[in-house]
Amino acid sequence: MSPEIVQAVIFYFLAAMLVVSCAIVVFSHSIVNACFALLFTLLAVAGFYALLGADFLAVTQVVVYVGGILVLLLFGILLTSPLPIVLGVATRRTYYLAVAAGAAVFAMLMIIVRAFWAGQPAVPEQQSTLEALGMLLLGKYLFPFEFASLTLLAALIGAAYLVRRNDR
Amino acid sequence: MYPITLTHYLAAGAFLFAMGVVACIARRNAVGILIGIELILNAANVNLVAFARYWNNLDGEVFAIIVIILAACEAAVALAIIINLFRGFGTVEVDYASKLKE
Repeated sequence: MSPEIVQAVIFYFLAAMLVVSCAIVVFSHSIVNACFALLFTLLAVAGFYALLGADFLAVTQVVVYVGGILVLLLFGILLTSPLPIVLGVATRRTYYLAVAAGAAVFAMLMIIVRAFWAGQPAVPEQQSTLEALGMLLLGKYLFPFEFASLTLLAALIGAAYLVRRNDR
Repeated sequence: MYPITLTHYLAAGAFLFAMGVVACIARRNAVGILIGIELILNAANVNLVAFARYWNNLDGEVFAIIVIILAACEAAVALAIIINLFRGFGTVEVDYASKLKE
């Protein structure tokens, strides 16, 4: 089998995983189910990164999203959900409107994509992105990188301040 | 259908974005809305990485890393706000939490 066929098979597998898990995330009535389906959505996206040759980003996606944000979301559900845990879904009308809005956005994006970037040819295999990415992060993009880490620190301190109990 | 081109990845990104929009509108639970926002940020990241690959330019990947950092910030602060919302209103259904201050 040629590499292209293997790539296509992996891509369509990941795309199917993305579509199914995304549908569960959006339409499930239980927020815990939605959260666990989000795990598979995020893993499918990490698979896309790996398929695109972005090795560092694929690992970062798994570590930060699956290991960090998903656990944070589950803690959020644990701390805020009254029993039984149900995910309120809007009235039928809002619901249909939401689906219609989503379909409209998707159609619009697909028209744009097909108009501008239809059939961009594949590029040759590339090397690991790690070294070049490190040079960029600590060279050309040093200031945005450091600023992002400062933002992260400020956000974490702010979040800790917000949730502290003020019964002293 | 194959070989896989840039269009395929952009279509996956567009699908992810549209589902995020649906989640943001249809969900009434604040955590559900937060999940929708995470989907939207992921859609943007898929597009950034796909363009970076097909134009052979790593700037897009650097931008994707910064988006991931900011998504982590956003999730932390949003969950803190949601927990405060729960303490104040006893629920995280956004329809019932419509007052700024009583």
